[in-house]
Amino acid sequence: MRRRTALILLVLTAVSLGAQAPDRPIHVAYRQFTLANGLNVILHRDSSVPVVAVNVWYHVGSANERPGRTGFAHLFEHLMFEGSKHVKEGEFDTLLEAAGGDNNGSTTNDRTNYVIDVPANALELALYLESDRMGYLLDTMSPQRVDGQRDVVKNERRQSYENQPYGMASIEIDKMLWPEGHPYNWPVIGYMEDLTAASYDDVVRFFKQYYAPGNASLVVAGDIDLVRTQALVQKWFGEIPAGPPVPPVTAPPAELTSVRRKTLTDRVQLPRLYLAWITPKIFAPGDAALDVASSVLAGGKNSRIYKRLVYDEQIAQDVSAYQASAALGSSFQIVATARPGHTADELQKAIDEEIARLKQAPPDAREVQRAINQMEASFYRRLERVGGFYGKANQLNQYYMSANGNPDFFAQDLGRYTSLTASDVQAAIARWLPSDARVELVVEPETNR
Amino acid sequence: MTVSSRFLLPAATLVVLIGGLMTGLPRGPVAADRSRPPRLGSPQALHLSPVARATLSNGLPVWLVESHEVPLVQVNLVVHAGSADDPAGRFGLASLTAAMLDEGAGGRTALQIADEVEYLGASLATGSSFDASAVRLNVPVSRLGAALPLMADVAVRPTFPEDELNRLRQERLTALIQTKSDAAALVPLAFARAVFGPEHRFGTGAVGTEATLKAFTTADLAAFHAARFQPSNATLIVSGDVTMAALLPRLEEAFGGWKSQGPVARADVPPAPQLTAGSITIVDMPSAEQSQIRLGWVGVARDTPDYFVLQVLNTILGGSFTSRLNQNLREAHGYSYGASSRFDMRRSPGPFLAGAGVQTDKTAEALREFFNELNGISKPVGAEELTKAKNYLALGFPAEFETTDDLSEHLEELAVYRLPDDFFASYVANIQAVTADQVRAAAERYIRPGSFAVVVVGDRAKIEPGIRALGLGPVRTISVDEALP
Repeated sequence: MRRRTALILLVLTAVSLGAQAPDRPIHVAYRQFTLANGLNVILHRDSSVPVVAVNVWYHVGSANERPGRTGFAHLFEHLMFEGSKHVKEGEFDTLLEAAGGDNNGSTTNDRTNYVIDVPANALELALYLESDRMGYLLDTMSPQRVDGQRDVVKNERRQSYENQPYGMASIEIDKMLWPEGHPYNWPVIGYMEDLTAASYDDVVRFFKQYYAPGNASLVVAGDIDLVRTQALVQKWFGEIPAGPPVPPVTAPPAELTSVRRKTLTDRVQLPRLYLAWITPKIFAPGDAALDVASSVLAGGKNSRIYKRLVYDEQIAQDVSAYQASAALGSSFQIVATARPGHTADELQKAIDEEIARLKQAPPDAREVQRAINQMEASFYRRLERVGGFYGKANQLNQYYMSANGNPDFFAQDLGRYTSLTASDVQAAIARWLPSDARVELVVEPETNR
Repeated sequence: MTVSSRFLLPAATLVVLIGGLMTGLPRGPVAADRSRPPRLGSPQALHLSPVARATLSNGLPVWLVESHEVPLVQVNLVVHAGSADDPAGRFGLASLTAAMLDEGAGGRTALQIADEVEYLGASLATGSSFDASAVRLNVPVSRLGAALPLMADVAVRPTFPEDELNRLRQERLTALIQTKSDAAALVPLAFARAVFGPEHRFGTGAVGTEATLKAFTTADLAAFHAARFQPSNATLIVSGDVTMAALLPRLEEAFGGWKSQGPVARADVPPAPQLTAGSITIVDMPSAEQSQIRLGWVGVARDTPDYFVLQVLNTILGGSFTSRLNQNLREAHGYSYGASSRFDMRRSPGPFLAGAGVQTDKTAEALREFFNELNGISKPVGAEELTKAKNYLALGFPAEFETTDDLSEHLEELAVYRLPDDFFASYVANIQAVTADQVRAAAERYIRPGSFAVVVVGDRAKIEPGIRALGLGPVRTISVDEALP
């Protein structure tokens, strides 16, 4: 049996900061190895509380879906909790709760992740459950299970999209932003008719294609013994057969060359404006500068757009801006809701003026430093928790998947921000936020009340 | 200044049976036996730093739990006054007062405060619940000294500028308007009104109503603040990467000059009369794709002697993923993305409620299942289900003390509800002591669906006939405008 083991041990994280500013690099110590079946494994010890996080990322998301089956990666995620060969339906949750644990999963365009948080004494139970569905999900899969979760997912869509004010906007924006055939053109939640069409055969095909150990990465973090945990991972995951290689997702070039504008009506009280651009993918040049740009534009009372629209002129109820970073390309969005008596056009005019100002002259040094300092503090806050969707276990997998296989990318990631200057931010806004090539979506109330 | 220490959670050994299986370490890498779940090792106790206590020269108590994992500090000033202290006819006063604290304070404007807080990489939040108000600071420890004077200005010396009040007032009025299209936001307001009525404080949302919001003046806010925000009526709760020796001089400098103006009288909200007959209210939201359902009645206060029994009871009923309500409405029937229940415990009895968003064409069927489960909980609970719920609460308890924010949140609970010093230390034992008989007795007493108020926000034309056919009680239909107090 061939076993490749790479041992990488770094200094532990407890960093005491100098009196002036946090300046010591952040490290998260880890041990990494690969099982013979291709499963990447990352271990991290943090014994501050007696809990363990078991976090698995599969490198498959809605971008891997085929036409007519949108939403399938997410529907499949739901099926992963419904039992496997040795775990009866319902037992996955029952066994974990009886051990004091919690679990969850989530799907994006690029990946699907699964989190199990348990008291440290239940580590092996978590590994047993996680490995059984990785190796033996199909043994007890049935059309009835697919039907059951199809209904649940349709209700998830109704609750989060149809019945949510402005809920349909994001689906429309993806359609307008990315060209037909681009894997980001359709929503992660999927179209209702595609959810209806999803079949048991689709589940079988999808599992065999994407849910092999070689397409996954496992992080075990928390109050663990590294040697014992490595042995337990080998014991439970080692027997799972390797699967076929997964070809990378390819995407046609995506570029907006003109303004694409649309107006929707919805059951809402106030008009809302969405502006969206295609921007550099995660960790590419410009990605971090646009994060800071979002803060300069709409992060806090003193940010350019918030201060003008919400604080000074009070023509908007709220405004937000963000860079949504993703593997095949990111999007930058500005969203503002009009106050009663005001229009989306008024908001757009004022927003465009503020963007134009930042193209002509860089932001003040303090505006940029304020954003960077906030970002820096957020890195510390993210190191406090081991489990859940935002804890260290998930971040190690996130960096492994998106930062060239480097789980401890924390310091380099932060460095992307601390090295930015005001002119970098100005240049990113000038380059990536043109007023003549973007999506403009307005959501208007169905009736004027 | 005085300092004393005690242990928040002594290293008590947890003895918990999970299917009777307890054993030591596995023997090493052997073939996986999947015929049954692996045995669990013994649960570990949570060892936390002691709670250190001190008092500033003005009498303000300081509680500190050290946690040196990450260079962050959380400092929460908790004031024993909240929406429950709103005067009759002035609902929303406490909430607006708390929201206005950082809109001008000391010599700083709202914009200056925001700029300085963000520049420090800090987060400074002001807010309130029914039972308390708080100013909460989270900051890298290297900037604690710079952030504390800002926090003290915001908590102690707010200026309540007129133009900022008018801006926040408009924001809140606009948010109320937006609620008219948002079933998930509207249903809690309509449910609270159905259970507690228009006069009781719990029958109206924390922010108040259009009428009360329009009437508040800066003098109202300043008076509420002056009367309630006093060192004798507050606790400073600190957690994170700092020692008492380093902390106390800084707190004394920032807060020591804050003087009490006199005793603070506090009268709890009188308990609302219990509902005695079932009722159904349909709030019409035409073309809604889901119906938002809430049902329940007056529950219990936080000091109920049945606290631990009700934790276990609710975990079984609707407080966990495998709870009966979620298993029924989501997993067995697929009517919903999720169903749950809870006892909203305040200093005075808040509501018990169950609820879910369900697909419109299954609204009546979903309601029937709610009643099936709520009636069924009064039957004896099996040993396995009881053990699962108790272990879920007891064994999962250490995970609630992981971050500085977790720690300060738990200490706030101790302070606001004046819980005994050993509350967390004895939590696990108290949960494990709950019996099936106690659960059944509590269910019979606290969950009587025949008297519940049911509120459904949905498409009346599609759901009313089915709901009426269930024969659950008198059905009243109202418009969205009528539902917004």
